[in-house]
Amino acid sequence: MLSLLRTAWNVFLHAFQPRVTKQYPEQPAYLAPRWRGRIVLTRDPDGGERCVACYLCAVVCPVDCIALQATEDRHGRRYPEFFRINFSRCIFCGYCEEACPTYAIQLTPDFEMAEHKRQSLVYEKEDLLINGVGKYPGYNFWRVAGVQIGGKCKGQSENEAPPTDLHDLRP
Amino acid sequence: MRIYHPIMAIVGILFVVLNLAAVLIWVERRLLALWQDRYGPNRVGPFGLLQPLADAIKLFTKEDWIPPFADKAVFVLAPAIVVITVLLSFVVIPVSPGIVVADLNIALLFFLAMSSLGVYSIVLGGWASDNKYSLLGSMRAAAQMISYEVFMGLSLMGVVILAGSFNLSDIVGAQRKMWFVIPQFLGFLLFLVAGLAETRRLPFDLPEAESELIAGFHSEYSGMKFGMFFVGEYMGITLISAMITVLFFGGWLGPGLPPVIWFLLKTLAFLCFFILVRAALPRPRFDQLMSWGWKVMFPLSLVNLLATGAMVLSLGGR
Repeated sequence: MLSLLRTAWNVFLHAFQPRVTKQYPEQPAYLAPRWRGRIVLTRDPDGGERCVACYLCAVVCPVDCIALQATEDRHGRRYPEFFRINFSRCIFCGYCEEACPTYAIQLTPDFEMAEHKRQSLVYEKEDLLINGVGKYPGYNFWRVAGVQIGGKCKGQSENEAPPTDLHDLRP
Repeated sequence: MRIYHPIMAIVGILFVVLNLAAVLIWVERRLLALWQDRYGPNRVGPFGLLQPLADAIKLFTKEDWIPPFADKAVFVLAPAIVVITVLLSFVVIPVSPGIVVADLNIALLFFLAMSSLGVYSIVLGGWASDNKYSLLGSMRAAAQMISYEVFMGLSLMGVVILAGSFNLSDIVGAQRKMWFVIPQFLGFLLFLVAGLAETRRLPFDLPEAESELIAGFHSEYSGMKFGMFFVGEYMGITLISAMITVLFFGGWLGPGLPPVIWFLLKTLAFLCFFILVRAALPRPRFDQLMSWGWKVMFPLSLVNLLATGAMVLSLGGR
């Protein structure tokens, strides 16, 4: 009997303790910088698309929510003709970000993407592309890759020596 | 002593009781949240005060489902009984001198009779649902009500001996010198426990016991029929709080404030206490409930009755 009264009293004392609930829309929740939320496609510092349409993200995606089609521009530079992520399927595992060789696809700390219609959760390339570099400010894939494209010959990349001329004996 | 027209008393009491039942839903959720370090409903209107309205709209627009295997007439009738019996009990509650719908000379017996009739609502509701969980719930309700009804009545006999009347206004009048909670403390505790069991509130909510019986006797109910059970339960708590106030805490008596305010304040204090009990205490097992009722509470109420009678006789009372 006494324990019952003690329980009731202890519960009553909770009236004077702070509440643990966060009033979410007014009090925004803290999201860590590496939070895996809404997926974006970033650009390199020159403003060009980073994505080279290698399909690695679509391959690694465990729920097959990424669809894209590769194509080339007149410089021989690969880019996706369309790039589509179905966020009603996406599980935000971040594998696509890990697989991406050019840091193009990145997950951002934002989860407020609720929609009334399921179809609105299918994001096209123009919804995904952002005007920024994301987490890797100075990185430009085409400037460090040893690939020859229009306007850049072999040996002209950063940290790359000019190619050796095999028909020349001079040191 | 009749100052107001009875129709006015009827309308006033109906208005206050029905609105109080609605507000209580909000009060209970807010208080439970406060004691569990949460906020509770605080979005609809200022402080979430319009939450009962939103709940009512939701209940009214829900599908009013009667299962094809149910006994339709009884199924529809059952939720009405609980509301009717509780509202009938409010007829005899004296809110302040003059504000009472029917000042019966057997008001206390009328209250006990009506609260016993309330069991029919649950038994019939569970039976008509034709569902094993509903039936189990209503069987439990019947057993619990009969057991706790016995010493509920006996625990009040001490009050009747002291006041010398079954009339609730006279009982309040007899507490002018001293509230009956002091000479009848044991009776008060017994009535409190019996009242909790009578309203099927936690910790005595075995008839619905959502962790064991889905929702017990109202598993099959939806829409406003469920709402009637809901409102009936809250009016039942109000009724028991008002009865505790009248029988043990001097009803409208109190210094300074008008009698109606005193009555409401005391009733609200007990309502909050009922909610605190719900927040704090776990539900007993069914056999524990029954043995506690018959082996502890029942003998105690007999002892209380005998002691009160002996005291009154030896002190040269009536």
